[in-house]
Amino acid sequence: MQARIIPIFEHKPVGGCGATGGAGKSSCGSAAGKGDLPPEVWEKVKNHPCYSEQAHHHFARMHVAVAPACNIQCHYCNRKYDCSNESRPGVVSEKLTPELAAKKVLAVAAEIPQLTVVGIAGPGDALANPEKTFKTFQLIQSSAPDIRLCLSTNGLALPDYVQTIQDFNVDHVTITINMTDPEVGERIYPWIFYKHKRWTGRDAAKILAERQMEGLEMLTAKGILVKVNSVMIPGVNDDHLVAVNQAVKSRGAFLHNIMPLISEPEHGTHYGLTGQRGPSAQELKALQDKCEGDMNLMRHCRQCRADAVGLLGEDRSQEFTTDKVAAMEVNYDADARKAYQAFVEKEREDQQAAMQAELAGLAEEAGHANVLVAVATKGSGRINEHFGHAGEFQVFELTAAGAKFVGHRRVDHYCQGGYGEEETLETVISAINDCAAVFVAKIGLCPKKDLEQAGIEAVEEYAHQYIEQSLVAWFKGYLARLRSGEAVAVERGQGSLRQGAFVA
Amino acid sequence: MPYKIVAEECTNCAACETECPNDAILEKKGTFVILADKCTECVGHYDDAQCVEVCPIPDCVVIDERLPRYAA
Repeated sequence: MQARIIPIFEHKPVGGCGATGGAGKSSCGSAAGKGDLPPEVWEKVKNHPCYSEQAHHHFARMHVAVAPACNIQCHYCNRKYDCSNESRPGVVSEKLTPELAAKKVLAVAAEIPQLTVVGIAGPGDALANPEKTFKTFQLIQSSAPDIRLCLSTNGLALPDYVQTIQDFNVDHVTITINMTDPEVGERIYPWIFYKHKRWTGRDAAKILAERQMEGLEMLTAKGILVKVNSVMIPGVNDDHLVAVNQAVKSRGAFLHNIMPLISEPEHGTHYGLTGQRGPSAQELKALQDKCEGDMNLMRHCRQCRADAVGLLGEDRSQEFTTDKVAAMEVNYDADARKAYQAFVEKEREDQQAAMQAELAGLAEEAGHANVLVAVATKGSGRINEHFGHAGEFQVFELTAAGAKFVGHRRVDHYCQGGYGEEETLETVISAINDCAAVFVAKIGLCPKKDLEQAGIEAVEEYAHQYIEQSLVAWFKGYLARLRSGEAVAVERGQGSLRQGAFVA
Repeated sequence: MPYKIVAEECTNCAACETECPNDAILEKKGTFVILADKCTECVGHYDDAQCVEVCPIPDCVVIDERLPRYAA
C-alpha cells in the first residue's frame, strides 16, 4: 500500500466547518450539537444515532427486516448471499413479518433502554414492499409511540409514497444516491424495474436519478429530514460524488453519508467478482473533507445489516432471533428509556462543557497542526475499552478547533482467550497506521511496544474519562513534546478499511 | 401456465408475488411457486412476464418445458 506523508503542521483553509467553530461547536457536520441547529431540527436528531454523531455514542437503533423485495439491482449487492457472521447492508439472517417485527421492537426496547429509533432498511427496498413497511410502522406506533421511525430507500418508488411517509409520522428518510449522471449510473446499476418493465443501461440510470431527485425535493418540502447515502466506488463515481453532494445539498438534504464500497470477492457481488476495489480510509476522508462545506457530513456510519440491533458499533441481533422473540414475554417500559435519555442529556452537556474548558489556549499552541488519533470505546463518549477487546477504533482529528470525530476502523479483537495474536496485531496496526496515538482503557506491555515501533503511542492515562476532553488535553502535551523535540513527526500510512466478515 | 420458479435459486424476496397480475404466485414451504393454472405469461396484461422482469436472480423464473405455452 502506498504510504502518505501527513505533515504535522498542515495548512487548513479558513471557513467551512470546524475552522471557525464558535462556542459549543466542535465542528459542524453530523457532530453538530445543540445551538448549531434550529431547535425543531435538533429535537428530531438529538437522540438519533445515525443523524447525530454525538448521539451515536449513547443511543441504539434497530432495523427490522420486513422488506425483502427490491426494485433495482446494484453492482455492489448480491441478494443471494447471507452468512451469519457477515455484516453489510442488504443482508439479513431471517425475514420478519410486520407482527413479529413489532414484537421484536418491544422486546429490544425492554432489554436496551438506549433504543430510540427503529428503521426499515431492507434487506431489499423499504418502498418496494410498501404494505409490509407501513403495516410495521403502524403496529410499532400503536405499541411503542415514543420510538422514532425511519426508512431507507433507493428512491425509485419514493415520489409515490412521500405523502404516506408523512401520514405515518416517519420523520427521517435515507435515500441512497450514487450518481446524478446516467453515464456514471449505468456502471453502477445493471437494471431497474419501473412501470412494469425492466430498464437497463443509461435509460435505467436516468429514470432512477430523476425519481431520486424528485423524491428528495418532495420530502424536504414537507420538512422531513433526509439523509443521502452514497457508496464511494473508486474509478466509477468517486470524483462525481462532489457533484452529487452539490445536487443533494441544493435540494435540502440534511446530511450526506459517503460510505466506502464493500467488495470482497467472497460476497459474490458483481464488483467483488470483477476486482473493483474499495477506497482506503484516507481516500474516503479526503472526499468527505472535500464535500464538507456548509453541508453536514456523516462519518460514523457502520454500514449495518438490515436486521442490526444495538449501538452502531455493536450488533446484538443474535439475542433477538425470531425464535427467541416469539418465546419472549414482553413488558413495555417507556419510563426506563425516558430516564436514560434524561441521564444522557446531562452527560452530553457535561462532556461538551469539559471539552470547551479544555480548549482554552489550544488555538495558539496548535496553529495549523493536524493529527489523527484512535480511541477504544464501548460507547457513552468515554475511553472505556481495553485495546485487546476492541472490535473497532474511533478516529478523531485534532486541530486548533479541538477534537472531531472523522471515522472508525473495524478490527478483529487482538486478545483471543487471554492471549494476544501477533497476526491480528498487524491488521490492527494497518487499520490505524495513519494515527499518532491510540487511547485505551488498558493495554498489555507487548502490544504497547509493537505499537510504539509502528510509531503509534498507546495512551492509558485517560482511562474511563471523556473522549474529546482527554484528546484535547493529550494534544496540548503532544504539541509541547513536538516543540521540545521529545516527540517527532513520522511518515504515516493510509489506514486500511476492513472489508471482510465481521466476527464479533 | 408455462412459468415456474426454480426452488434452489429462489431467495424468497417476494418481489414476484406482488407484481403478478394473476395472483398466481404464493409462498409454499419456504419458497415461492407459480400456480400453473393461473399463469398467463402476463399475456393481456404486460409485454413481458413480470415475475421474470423483477426477479433479482438470473434463471430463477423460467419456462416450464413440461407444460404447453399459454394461449390467450
